[in-house]
Amino acid sequence: MEIKKTGMAGTMESSDIMVRVDRPTGSGIKIELTSSVEKQFGRQIRKTITGCAERLGIRAADISAVDKGALDCVIQARVETAIYRACGSTEYRWERK
Amino acid sequence: MMFVPGNNPGMIKDAYIYNCDSLMFDLEDSVSVTEKDAARSLVFHALTTIDYGEKEIVVRVNDPRTPVGQADLEAMVRAHAQVIRLPKTETAEDVTYCADLLGRIEQAAGMAEGTVHMMAAIESARGVLNARQIAEASSRLIGIALGAEDYVTDLKTNRSADGIELLFARCMILQAARAAGIAALDTVYSDVNNEDGFRAEVTLIRQLGFDGKSIINPRQIKPVIDIYTPTQKEIDKALAVTAAIEEAHRKGSGVISLNGKMIDKPVVTRAERVLALARAARVLDREGGE
Repeated sequence: MEIKKTGMAGTMESSDIMVRVDRPTGSGIKIELTSSVEKQFGRQIRKTITGCAERLGIRAADISAVDKGALDCVIQARVETAIYRACGSTEYRWERK
Repeated sequence: MMFVPGNNPGMIKDAYIYNCDSLMFDLEDSVSVTEKDAARSLVFHALTTIDYGEKEIVVRVNDPRTPVGQADLEAMVRAHAQVIRLPKTETAEDVTYCADLLGRIEQAAGMAEGTVHMMAAIESARGVLNARQIAEASSRLIGIALGAEDYVTDLKTNRSADGIELLFARCMILQAARAAGIAALDTVYSDVNNEDGFRAEVTLIRQLGFDGKSIINPRQIKPVIDIYTPTQKEIDKALAVTAAIEEAHRKGSGVISLNGKMIDKPVVTRAERVLALARAARVLDREGGE
């Protein structure tokens, strides 16, 4: 999939994460993360975001995320939705982990 | 059955802690048109990650005749939702249309046909009048439910304290469910701050014969359990009936009596239902002892 425009998903409510996906300004996946639990879980959150983007075939993107204590499954859902919106695609692949 | 809005991570995350029998994740009315894709993805990832224990997992999808509803079915079958709740069911064809789609998706996903069950919500005068045909439309159906908010709007009235405007629909849905051998579930009670009104409504629907109540707030769980749990007197009487049956069988007697009164089949059936409810409420263990 190719990122064609800005895609956003999620909210600023507790247990959620607001994700914004933009066309890449450089190479690779660049993540800008704001989280109250960044010290404890920052690395895991970044890993989840990167893993989700790569699983969807995204090699380069600028992703910013404001985390409000989201579970991994919520992060995956919001990143996935933001990427599909950014790609203008609705052809979801529902794969169980 | 507790409703959980499909685009609310906080509620989806916490839903497992509550003592309800089933959770219904909603992709329909509680989700705005612009967030259908987000809710679908959120519920998919929640169902494939979070362990909800023994709770029955139900998902209310959008109209299966629309692309949004079809996308919901594609995702929820693969998420292994146990039951798909079909909204605004008006005809038997609505049920068979959805059942056929489920069959095709199950096949594409490598699942056995019939794995996913269905529940049909009846929310209009047309649906109520077709309740019997709806209830008998598919072997996937495990129950039918009344959706009162849309129904009273269709009737050109509104909901009252005693629910007189719902009596016909409730009775139709109950008869249809019983004739088809499936469950009947009552509608939600929207005023979560009115516990007395809620208890009165649950008492009414239990007396009518409904199998359970749809709820929209965890605070409504305890009143439903309180009202549906048989009293100790009812349990003692049911245990005495089953003991009398066992005694008669042991003696090879064809006639069963308890305290001088003959026990016939309806008495036994009612006793078994009391004990099943007591077990479900965990006031009686699986073997029958308290």
